[in-house]
Amino acid sequence: MKALPLSYIARNLWVRRVTTVLTALGMALVVYVFATVLMMSEGIRATLVATGQPDNVVVLRKGAGAEINSALARAQAAVVESLPGIATDALGRRLVSKEPVALINLPKRGSGKPSNVTVRGTSDLGLALRPQVRLAAGRMFRPGTSEIVTGRAIAGGFVGADRGETLRFGGRDWTVVGVLDAGRSGFDSEIWGDSEQMIQAFRRRDFSSMVVRLADAGDFERTRTAVDSDPRLQLEAKPEIRFYAEQSEALATFISILGTALSVIFSIGAIVGAMITMFAAVAQRVGEIGTLRALGFRRRAVLVAFLAEALLLALVGGGVGLAAASLMQTVNISTTNFQTFSELAFRFTLTPGIAVKTLLFALLMGLLGGFIPAWRAARLSIVDCLREA
Amino acid sequence: MLLLRLLLKNAFRHKLRSALTLIGLVVAICAFGLLRTIVDAWYAGAEASASTRLVTRSAVSLTFPLPLSYGERIRAVQGVSGVSWANWFGGVYVTERNFFPQFAVDPTSYLALYPEYVLPNVQRQAFLRDRQGAIVGRKLADKFGWRVGDQIPLRGTIYPGIWSFTLRGIYNGVDASTDEQQLLFHWKYLSETIRQRPGANPARVDSVGVYIIGIREADDAALISQRIDALFRNSLAETLTETEKAFQLSFVSMSEAILVALQAVSLIIVVIIMAVMANTMTMTARERLAEYATLRVLGFSPGFVVRLLAAESLLIALVGGLLGIALTLPLAAFVGQAVGTLLPVFRVSELTLLLQLLAALLVGVVAAAWPAWRISRFDIVAGLRHVG
Repeated sequence: MKALPLSYIARNLWVRRVTTVLTALGMALVVYVFATVLMMSEGIRATLVATGQPDNVVVLRKGAGAEINSALARAQAAVVESLPGIATDALGRRLVSKEPVALINLPKRGSGKPSNVTVRGTSDLGLALRPQVRLAAGRMFRPGTSEIVTGRAIAGGFVGADRGETLRFGGRDWTVVGVLDAGRSGFDSEIWGDSEQMIQAFRRRDFSSMVVRLADAGDFERTRTAVDSDPRLQLEAKPEIRFYAEQSEALATFISILGTALSVIFSIGAIVGAMITMFAAVAQRVGEIGTLRALGFRRRAVLVAFLAEALLLALVGGGVGLAAASLMQTVNISTTNFQTFSELAFRFTLTPGIAVKTLLFALLMGLLGGFIPAWRAARLSIVDCLREA
Repeated sequence: MLLLRLLLKNAFRHKLRSALTLIGLVVAICAFGLLRTIVDAWYAGAEASASTRLVTRSAVSLTFPLPLSYGERIRAVQGVSGVSWANWFGGVYVTERNFFPQFAVDPTSYLALYPEYVLPNVQRQAFLRDRQGAIVGRKLADKFGWRVGDQIPLRGTIYPGIWSFTLRGIYNGVDASTDEQQLLFHWKYLSETIRQRPGANPARVDSVGVYIIGIREADDAALISQRIDALFRNSLAETLTETEKAFQLSFVSMSEAILVALQAVSLIIVVIIMAVMANTMTMTARERLAEYATLRVLGFSPGFVVRLLAAESLLIALVGGLLGIALTLPLAAFVGQAVGTLLPVFRVSELTLLLQLLAALLVGVVAAAWPAWRISRFDIVAGLRHVG
């Protein structure tokens, strides 16, 4: 069977430029929305997954779910600290960080609108437990002082949180002595200070959570059994990666469900647009179709040609939409993660998987919009076509 | 009359194309309305707030408690007519999916401050008498099929353990904007239970999440807020007092990024359908060049031809818009059911309906603009030669 050349198909689109551009524009917008939504939920997921380390374990009060709901008494923390299987650093100290976590309300730069920011009390061991966190500017806080370091997103996003500035909370002024670069993880949206100072400032008795580095990541089950079986503890241990993945689940799922529902509704509009265009293309070229058929091109060749035209149109729209969406990668946004009730900064993240999905989505729209018109074109009889022309 | 018939005939000459355009319009106008309703639902808490209620919370953040002793001191502030308090309980009913807000409140003073929760007197008395009792909103009771007298077990996340409440009453909202998806129970029950636990932190036992303050004159809100905050300045627990509306809006602003995205998307859909509709009108105009040329030859002015095209575009847009609006209401009711407790008040506002209509008209006008401009300045002879 002889197929119609691709240049014929492409030039047909070029002849009706205005219509082609309008239809492709509609599709591009749909594709743009579809891609940005996927990129957004991927960005949230990537941020929180990067926050966890494979051999770290988080210990919280049973049923707490989030760090701010949790409380660990000092006696309980001491029991956990003495569990077997915990890694030690070069000085022989156990790699354990007992951390109070609190939320404070800070005004954003620019808009002045308040939002909740996570404040974490930690120590040099806490930093050692998170190798992805390093200082971008300044120095670490000194233990036993009212010094704090802020994550990059907080330093840039909130009033008084940049290096050299001071923040007031918990009844005292805290000097920001450094800015952390946490490699696009959740710690970019946190404020860190000395653990004992934080407990005093917030007038607490308990820690919120504990992070423990295992000597062997495969030992997690044994650690969990040890925590579960001790009646003094009433705590639960989770691998850090899973803990943070769970924190992102609700928000990421919410955004992707909302976004997918929107994209599907929008795509109806775009499919209708493609269908209108293709029907018109068929109607205008009835004579041409008859001539092609008379020249010996089969029905199937006509079907394929029109379908290819619709797919090409969709591909143009999809490409433009995807290109626009990929520009979004430079945009940083932040929103409140309602599972932790605190601010989380993240970036739109474009993965090859999302790009492929998006283009397939565009092609599917083209296929759905183009099939019926193409089928109709192929069904026309030669004589009718030629008579009409 | 003749003109109208010509318009109708023209608009639906290409039945298939008109039908497809209409489908696109209906979907877009519907989606536009739904998105606006979702955004509205986000603001529902702020809309339902009373101007004579203030909320006092810890200046550090909402997660920090205030001492119970503050209640009496706030009551003594000039202009305050009533004080109540509430703690966010954050319990889970069976699974996390069944999220709904629960508050431990001081029942007598709380219900006095919230007259919009309408509760039969018998149920109110039963609730006040039973320290383990609870009341819920009508929608919540319907969702889980609860009846008065049922036991409701909640697994605490902030306050550990399984807590069981006896349902003593079901309140109705005074109007559609009232949140009917909450559970309220006795603050005393919460604090007494925690007190009895071994190793209870005395600072947490008599602690309050927020104070809700009734004031006599709404105009005095700012002044009274300042008085309250001044009372506790430099204390161990400094306060932040704001109107109930500002308090609710601070929650809205937390998810601002998502809201802005939704609003942007609701405009994008209008642009998409504009492109689809403009495409239809461009094709229509191109096909009818010969006809328009004939009209011009017969002596009709260029303005008439342009008006004819614009009116046709508007007619299609209007029909699609009205169909879309008609579909929005049942669809919104369905979505409202589906999102359930996440967005407790889900109602299509009159403003939304009006904006939908305006959006449809705008689409009609913009879609006709480019083809109208073209046919207003085309050459009659070329038009007559043109075979559609």
